[in-house]
Amino acid sequence: MKILTGNDLGSGHVVWWDGQGWSRHVHDAVDVGDAADTILAAEEAARRVNASYAISATKGADGTVRPDHIKDRIRALGPTVRPDLALQPSDPHSGNWVI
Amino acid sequence: MYQYDQYDQAMVDARVEEFRGQVARRMAGEITEDQFKPLRLKNGLYLQLHAYMLRVAIPYGTLNGRQMRMLGDIADKYDRGYGHFTTRQNIQYNWIKLEDAPQILADLATVEMHAIQTSGNCIRNISSDHFAGAAADEVVDPRPYAELLRQWSSFHPEFDYLPRKFKIAVIASDTDRAAMRLHDIGIQIVKNDAGEIGARFYVGGGMGRTPMIAPVIREFVPALQMVSYAEACLRVYNRYGRRDNKYKARIKILVHEIGADEYRRQVEEEFAHILTLGLEPPQAEFERIAAFFADPGLESGLADGYDRSDPDFAVWADQNTTPHKQAGYRAVVISLKPAGGIPGDATADQIRLMADLAEVYSLDELRVTHTQNIVLPHVKQSDLYALWQKLDAAGLATANLDLIGDIIACPGLDYCSLANARSIPLAQKISARFAEPERQRALGELKLKISGCINACGHHHAGNIGILGVDRKGTENYQLLLGGSEAADTSLAQIVGPGFSEDGIVDAIETVTNVYLAQRAEGERFLDTYRRLGMAPFKEAIYG
Repeated sequence: MKILTGNDLGSGHVVWWDGQGWSRHVHDAVDVGDAADTILAAEEAARRVNASYAISATKGADGTVRPDHIKDRIRALGPTVRPDLALQPSDPHSGNWVI
Repeated sequence: MYQYDQYDQAMVDARVEEFRGQVARRMAGEITEDQFKPLRLKNGLYLQLHAYMLRVAIPYGTLNGRQMRMLGDIADKYDRGYGHFTTRQNIQYNWIKLEDAPQILADLATVEMHAIQTSGNCIRNISSDHFAGAAADEVVDPRPYAELLRQWSSFHPEFDYLPRKFKIAVIASDTDRAAMRLHDIGIQIVKNDAGEIGARFYVGGGMGRTPMIAPVIREFVPALQMVSYAEACLRVYNRYGRRDNKYKARIKILVHEIGADEYRRQVEEEFAHILTLGLEPPQAEFERIAAFFADPGLESGLADGYDRSDPDFAVWADQNTTPHKQAGYRAVVISLKPAGGIPGDATADQIRLMADLAEVYSLDELRVTHTQNIVLPHVKQSDLYALWQKLDAAGLATANLDLIGDIIACPGLDYCSLANARSIPLAQKISARFAEPERQRALGELKLKISGCINACGHHHAGNIGILGVDRKGTENYQLLLGGSEAADTSLAQIVGPGFSEDGIVDAIETVTNVYLAQRAEGERFLDTYRRLGMAPFKEAIYG
């Protein structure tokens, strides 16, 4: 699947396109098919996202979304060396999802 | 320490207000990201993997307690309670909000700090010997010369758009503690046979994609002509440096391609012209600057020696303190490398504690080292035990200076958008594997440096053992290098062979250390043994 990501302009938070707006959780990301360029142009112009781009990802049987490249998985989770700052700090195995 | 005059403060304050307006216009949509990006980078604000990252300049790595305390307060107030000290003697914050950035810069300005020229193709923060002013072996304190260069290079309009970024280091002893010959310009302050102070210029060093050791371009430039000579070096580079290819744009490529002799000829020609313009700073101005770095209040008549009856303290004192030029004092290195920890990271509380300790025990001075540690340069030997107790209680008394646990590591793929692989987890695994203090001390001096990409912010080319993270078809892979040094005997590490997984490289390092232990001669450091034996026995042990 093709999903969209970027950073929130003001906060810098990593965000993912959920079909209506931008979510901080990668599992909310939706497949945009061929509409990536159109969506990104509109969202950048409206300053709802910054430094946005499209990436490949895989949707699991349980509905979770996993970016194909490790860099985007680290963006989705947070620094692997600071699980206390990650988006799923309560999951002791969240680092495995990245690798 | 240097203190801002009215002009310095007005300049920094004006820049803060200018940036406040630029951020407001960006947030209001009056300028695009393409227009805004170079403006935020001019103020040290990057966009990294997880958020904006702010890099704050610490000129020649020198701070007072008030400045250090502000760095801790910023970590708490605007970030997530910690900061990362870098290999350029700066500090970086990883979780900055764009809307907070102008106020952070305003807060920094109240303690005479800023983030100007910590990014972009300009002259970056001038780095120096972290023992400057305390080292027993220095000709003079190099910081007045570094400060002179800082003032010259700040907002220098001719060098605001160089072919590529430009890094200068200044030292004043034969012991290089600043990786001087791996800078675009390395300056060693020396004394000639007539007893005059001057500067030896090394030009064209660097790490990154194409590592090079800088050759000497001039043996001696009279001290007050140093700025003019630097201007000539930059002017030739600015004229002929390659702007067509980012990977060939650093000055090292120019010096290499035209040759040191031809580069020197052109610089000398330019230098002769500049001398006719009378741009040298007046002696009185240099003396004004130098006065800020005069004796910080060292007491005379103190005796060397201190109570070593606590064995844990004695181990730390032997490993993490160094001789001082003044009897009765030591320079103390606070390791930011606990076993299993993140190299260079310090919590806000630790940063504020180090500020307090500097005020009480080190004549209100701290230094950031390029090895990502903190120095208290002027500690009375009679205060060492009390200081150690306070550091130990805060987790800041790891006794591993220059040992295998004292690892340099860049932020790597955990934080950096340029990285190909993570650096920090490797550093954590290696320091945990070698956590036993006796084992580290048995290995002796062993400098291990890790970079998460070819840009080499972790100085892997200069590691006795270096590690370079690469991306192999979407998987992290690590190359092992041996034989580098950033000291006076500068050398570039060489790749051993095929790369390793994360666990595999930790095992390979253990194999390397076992070869060293088995084959070292009396008194040899790891680097000495490697230079004597060459790569072969290490390669054989690793790959069979």
